[in-house]
Amino acid sequence: MVGAMEIYQLLPKDACKECGYASCMALAVALLNREKKLEDCPALLNPKYAEKFKKLKELLAPLENASETGLIIHPEKCFGCGNCVVACPVNVAAEPTRCAVGLGPQGEKVILAVEDGVVKCMNLKECRRFGPNKVLCNACTVTCPSKAIEFV
Amino acid sequence: MAVCTGCSLLCEDIELVGGTSHAKNLCRKGWAHFQSLYTERTKPTIEDQDATLDGAIAKASEILANAKKPLLYGWSNSTLEAQAAGIELAKKIGAALEGTTSLGQCTLMEQVLTGKIPSCTLDDVRNYADTSVFWGADPSNSHPRHLSRFSYYPRGEKHQKSYEEERSCVAIDVRKSSTATLCSNYFYRLPPGTDDQFIESIMAALDGKIPKFGDKKRMIELGTLLRKTEYGALFPGRGLVYSLQEKMDLLQKLIAKLSEITAFKVVPMVEHYNTRGFNQLLLDETGFINSVSFHDGAAVHGPMQSMIEAARSCDAALVIGSDPLSSLPFGIARALAKKPLIAIDPRRSLTTDAAKVVIPSAMCGFEAGGTALRMDGVKIAFDSVIKGDMQSDEQILARIKEAI
Repeated sequence: MVGAMEIYQLLPKDACKECGYASCMALAVALLNREKKLEDCPALLNPKYAEKFKKLKELLAPLENASETGLIIHPEKCFGCGNCVVACPVNVAAEPTRCAVGLGPQGEKVILAVEDGVVKCMNLKECRRFGPNKVLCNACTVTCPSKAIEFV
Repeated sequence: MAVCTGCSLLCEDIELVGGTSHAKNLCRKGWAHFQSLYTERTKPTIEDQDATLDGAIAKASEILANAKKPLLYGWSNSTLEAQAAGIELAKKIGAALEGTTSLGQCTLMEQVLTGKIPSCTLDDVRNYADTSVFWGADPSNSHPRHLSRFSYYPRGEKHQKSYEEERSCVAIDVRKSSTATLCSNYFYRLPPGTDDQFIESIMAALDGKIPKFGDKKRMIELGTLLRKTEYGALFPGRGLVYSLQEKMDLLQKLIAKLSEITAFKVVPMVEHYNTRGFNQLLLDETGFINSVSFHDGAAVHGPMQSMIEAARSCDAALVIGSDPLSSLPFGIARALAKKPLIAIDPRRSLTTDAAKVVIPSAMCGFEAGGTALRMDGVKIAFDSVIKGDMQSDEQILARIKEAI
């Protein structure tokens, strides 16, 4: 997955502050968090940065598919093993008699569930990574044997 | 709720949505198994010519009745009821009976079923086990829901904090498998064929001696983990069984040693959904788990009844719930392919392509119900979830028996 440093290397690095941030590094982090768009950097629209702009577009393309919490699911890699479903603390709290003991969820309150052999994400607002007071929980990514779940 | 017959975990929490178009909680393997319901189904054929079901059954009965040394092979993807019918049929026609474990986990399964190696249920593993060891097995690929349902991630009666604090998972394999990536600190990579030396090293580490094989520090670390374990579970796969070959007693010694220190149980990682069922049923019936011949009336077991011999010496073979031509070693498969084969299978396979008579059957778990033994020996009953006009394995075997 792309990192802030990689984005920073392709930015103009002139600290013009026209995007509203104090440095290009701050803008790189904002781009990664999808708070700003590439077009918000006026210097980057200059023809001499056209190549870097193109590269950045390619680099940030996978982030467009990410959910609001930065979750990206690669269905083609998923085994449907349900490790994330059982490990997710929100799932466990929502269904203590099912998800917590290894069974698949029945209700609609869970975040992750396996459907048709691959994991699906729902109720994103319940995720511990959602909102301003987010916690950097990674229970679903560390338990994935095929790296089918990633966070931005 | 439906039961998935895709692997030997027999997951019971499958929810079908909108008929059979969607399914919740099915893993990728189970979903593919479910989808195969609609692809490459077999048709009744006799010598590659379309026939009626009655005609195919009559022809199969004729071949078996005329055979002097028939062989009944497979049974791993059949219900307990079909397996019982198969044993009855073998007794009636004096056939040799062979399951798929004969060239796989036969020795290990025999030790588990006869109680020489202690075993437990997967529910016990979930509730009490704090260390799970996967040896020569990769459940993330072979039994995708193993870790999430039983062995590592779920909260158990005794382990509320599960994998985060209270459970450890050890992977011993020749490659960094998908399961090994989850065991981070406790992945032990072995050169192929060195499992016997690794067992000796663990025993040395348990005795407080310096291990001779492998990284000494990491071996002592593993020894310490196993010593501290309160309830351990070992899941040996075919990788371990094939590597140990004749030295299976080493594993028995290791388990005996571990059992002196703590409770340590073994659950063999069999693949097909009712492999253990056939071994158990045959053991109850004859005292042997595999390779039994009823040629002379009484049940005989020995090297001459093994699959290697039986495939060459039989003069007709009925294959059910298995695809031996794809899975057996080439020499044995070639010998078997030359015999008149009768294949009872819901789906097309290499064996059905080569068979003289093909009899289509209902897919167990979807079109037919029954009971099966999970990999830990727990009996799971299931009903059919969709209506089909196909006959089950059990009904077909009963008809063949009647016709003979």
